[in-house]
Amino acid sequence: MTQVKEKIVAPDYSAMPDEHGHFGVYGGIFASETLMQALDELRDAYEKAKTDKKFQAQFDEDLAQYVGRPSPLYFAERLTQLAGGAQIYLKREDLNHTGAHKINNTIGQGLLAKMMGKKRIIAETGAGQHGVASATVAARFGMECIVYMGSEDIVRQSPNVYRMKLLGAKVVAVESGSKTLKDALNEAMRDWVTNVDDTFYIIGTVAGPHPYPAMVRDFQAIIGREAKAQMQEQCGCLPDALVACVGGGSNAIGLFHPFLADESVVMYGVEGGGLGVETGSHAAPLCSGRLGVLHGNRTYLMEDSNGQIIETHSVSAGLDYPGVGPEHAWLKDIGRVNYVAATDSEALEAFHTLTRAEGIIPALESSHAVAYGVKLAATMKPEQRIIINLSGRGDKDINTIADIEGMKL
Amino acid sequence: MSRLAARFAELKADSKTALIPYVMASDPTPEITLPLMHAMVEAGADVIELGAPFSDPMADGPVIQAAAERSLEHNTSMHDVFSLVSEFRKTDDKTPVIVMGYLNPIEVMGYQSFAQQAAACGIDGVITVDMPPVEAGDYVPALEAEGLDPVFLLAPTSTRERIKKLSEVASGFVYYVSLKGVTGAATLDVTSVEEKVAEIREFIDLPIGVGFGISDAESAARVATCSDAVIVGSVLVKKMTLNNGQTEQERAIIIKEISDILSSMRSALDNGC
Repeated sequence: MTQVKEKIVAPDYSAMPDEHGHFGVYGGIFASETLMQALDELRDAYEKAKTDKKFQAQFDEDLAQYVGRPSPLYFAERLTQLAGGAQIYLKREDLNHTGAHKINNTIGQGLLAKMMGKKRIIAETGAGQHGVASATVAARFGMECIVYMGSEDIVRQSPNVYRMKLLGAKVVAVESGSKTLKDALNEAMRDWVTNVDDTFYIIGTVAGPHPYPAMVRDFQAIIGREAKAQMQEQCGCLPDALVACVGGGSNAIGLFHPFLADESVVMYGVEGGGLGVETGSHAAPLCSGRLGVLHGNRTYLMEDSNGQIIETHSVSAGLDYPGVGPEHAWLKDIGRVNYVAATDSEALEAFHTLTRAEGIIPALESSHAVAYGVKLAATMKPEQRIIINLSGRGDKDINTIADIEGMKL
Repeated sequence: MSRLAARFAELKADSKTALIPYVMASDPTPEITLPLMHAMVEAGADVIELGAPFSDPMADGPVIQAAAERSLEHNTSMHDVFSLVSEFRKTDDKTPVIVMGYLNPIEVMGYQSFAQQAAACGIDGVITVDMPPVEAGDYVPALEAEGLDPVFLLAPTSTRERIKKLSEVASGFVYYVSLKGVTGAATLDVTSVEEKVAEIREFIDLPIGVGFGISDAESAARVATCSDAVIVGSVLVKKMTLNNGQTEQERAIIIKEISDILSSMRSALDNGC
C-alpha cells in the first residue's frame, strides 16, 4: 500500500464509499455468510431511507424535539486565555439528551429498525454511552434491548450500566478476550447471527461491515453541518482547525465530514495514547497500527505479527478499541486528516482544566480532544479559530477519576 | 486431481458420506495435535479440518472460542499450523487437510505468500469464515494458483443469487452451515437442512458438507441422508478440557475420547443410512 501524501485532485468525499463499502482499500464487507443477507437488507433499507422525505423529516424532528439539537457552539473564553493562542470553540455534544453524540446515531438506526419492522435491538458498548443511547431509543420505541458490554468496562462505567437497566435494557457481561469493547462487539455479532430474522444490530461507531461506516457517519454528520453554520453565523468564516477524539471515530467523522472539501480547514483526530504510543500500551491504531481485517472491515488495527489482535489500553473505555473506522484509515492515507494521540495523563489534566476553567465536566474520551486542542491552540495565532468536539459529558467518569486520584466517593 | 477431489470421488464410488472432524491446532497443547490427527484418520475421518486460532472468533460459540484462547496461550501462529501439516504429511499423503480460520492471520501474511507456504506443506483447502465471495477478488486466484481449494460457506439465510454467485468461486466442497447461530449451537432441523441442500444442488455441483449443530452419531447419520460430508467440531473440542494435556498419558485420554466419538459416527454413517 502506498501512502499518497500529495493530493493532485481533491477526491469527491461525498462519493465515498463505493457500492461495496470501500474507502480506497479500506472498509468492505468481511462478514460471515449468515449475516450477508441481513447486511444487504440493511443497505437497501438505508438507501431507501436516505431519499425518503418522511424518514428524514422524522429524523430531523426527533433530533430537535427529543435530542435537543442544535447543540451550541460555545466560545470557551477562559480556556482560550489559558491556551494562549487560537480562539477555542466547543461543539457541545455533551448537552444532547443522554449526554453524548451517540444518540444522533441511535435515533437514526432506531427509526430504521422501526421501518424494517424489527422488534429486538442489540448493541455493543464500551464507555456505556452508546449502550445508554440504544436503551433510550429502545425504550422510546417500545423495543426489547440487549446491550453487550465487556466485564472490565462494566466495572469502569457502573453509572451507565445502571442507567441502561433503568431504561429496561438487559446488560450482558462479556467475559471473553480482553473483556472490553472489541469483545462486546464479537458477542453482539454472535447474537445477531443467531437472531438475525427479528433483530436489528445498532453499531455505535463508524466501523463494522458496510453499510455501517457510511450510515453511522451520515447520522453523525449533523454535528459538522451545524458547526459549520454556527461558525458562519457567529464569526462569518470557516474554522481554521477541527479537533475530535477517535476511538472507532464516529464523533470525529461527524464533525469532519461536512468540512472535508473545505481545504483550508485542518483536521486532527486524537487517539487514546494510553501510557504513551512508544510504550505499546495504548489504543492508537492510526498512529502505530498496521493494516488488517476485523469486525467486518479492512482498516488499521493493533495486531501482532501473526495477525492476532492485541490488547489495547486507554484510561477511557470509549477509546479502548484496537481498530478504527475505515474512512479514517483512508483519510489518513490521503493526508486529509492528521491523526495524533493524547496520553492518559494528558487527558486527565485536560479533564480538570476544562472543568475548572469553563465549568464543563467533559467525558474522558472528549478530554483527549481537549488536551490536544489546547496544545494546538497555543501554536496558532489569536485571530485563528479551532473547534473541539466535546463529544460527551463526564458524569459517567467521576468514579474512574476519583479512583485514579485515590479518593473515595 | 487434488487430494480433496480424489477423496470425494473415492467416497462417492463407495456410496459413503465423508466424516470431517474439526480440531484447533495446539489445543490444549502443541504436542497433542499431530498424534490426534493420525488417530482421527484411524477412527474413520476422511478429511481433517484444522483450526488456525484467531483472537476474535466472531462466528464461534463458547467451546471453540475457548479452544482458540488455549491455542493462543502457546502463541500458535500460521507457521506452526504449516509445520504441523508438514509433519502429518510425512506419514499420511492421502488424507486431505483443510485449514479453517479467520482472515486477519492470512491478511497479514499476504494472500500469495500464505498460499505458497500452505501448498508447500501439504494443505489442500482453506475455509476463511469472514471472507465472502464479494471480497474474494484477490484471494481466490491466489489460492487457486497454488492448487488450494477455496472452500466457502453457505447458510440458511443465503439467497438463490448468493448461492449462484458462490458457485463461480467455490471449489473442493461447499460448507453448509446448518443453522442460524454460532458453532456448537444445539438445534438442528434436518428437514430445513434437506430443503436448503436441495436448493444449493440446483446451482452447485460440488460435494456439500454440513456442519454446526452435529453433536452425536444420530444427528450425524440424519444429516448424512442429504449431504456428502458431515462436519463435527464443538463436540470433539469439548474433550480438550478433560485435562491439561501436559503428559503423554493425559493426551492419550483426550485422543481416545475423540476417537471413540468419531468411531461411533463412522459406523452410524456407514450402517445407518
